[in-house]
Amino acid sequence: MDAILFYCLAALTLVSAVLVVAQRHPIGSALALIATLSALSGIFGLLGSPFIAVLQLVVYAGAIMVLFLFVLMLVNVRREEERSGTGRRLRWTALGVCALFVAQVGAVLTRLELAPSATPFAAGPRDVARLLFRPEYLYAFEATSVLILAALVGAIALARKEP
Amino acid sequence: MSAEMLQHALYLSLALFAIGALGVFLRRNVITVLMCIELMLNAANLAFVVFSRAWGSLSGQVFVFFVLTVAAAEAAVGLAIVIAWQRHRDTLDVDAFDSMKG
Repeated sequence: MDAILFYCLAALTLVSAVLVVAQRHPIGSALALIATLSALSGIFGLLGSPFIAVLQLVVYAGAIMVLFLFVLMLVNVRREEERSGTGRRLRWTALGVCALFVAQVGAVLTRLELAPSATPFAAGPRDVARLLFRPEYLYAFEATSVLILAALVGAIALARKEP
Repeated sequence: MSAEMLQHALYLSLALFAIGALGVFLRRNVITVLMCIELMLNAANLAFVVFSRAWGSLSGQVFVFFVLTVAAAEAAVGLAIVIAWQRHRDTLDVDAFDSMKG
């Protein structure tokens, strides 16, 4: 049962990820990306991480994608036109670089011997929070709150109309 | 969750990262490029969760949390720059981002 669900979600993730890149109109890409992120959240759940799964759904598929859709509605988006000349050469270079990357990392991954850990694995909010608020991650966690504040102020300052 | 499925989840993460990188190279709309970067960050998150499950350690999940925060900050600042740029030049084409002659 788990396996069927996993492979269905993986296929959905892959297809919608290809759609994100293959579409010419940004609104279509945004909708496909929401599908990708939601399917990924299901995979996180199957991997035994309910906290991350919910976080993915709320923060990514919810907040960040709504931000993207708002901006897409704010600016006037057009369909992309075909690149000419140098752009076409760029396409083959990009395909080559990505194929090389997949070959290299794939070769490493096939040699990896992965097995689910034998010890019982609990990754609920309480377990993650217990680790997050230990001294080794506490300062990094506090630093992220400063980062979010800086991003907030920076975004408002950047997007503000010039007086 | 069997060992095979963990391995396949890692391959899925590799494929997602490659698709995202391809999008960053090929797409011309700057908002689509930002979305492809989000896709790559998600591929990294998937790898973190897989390794967290494989080694029975929660540290991977904490890193996913940090990646999520940084992604939110990046999206906010990136989209603010897009709005400012669009107001300035009335285009979203990445090929037009050449005023610093990079």
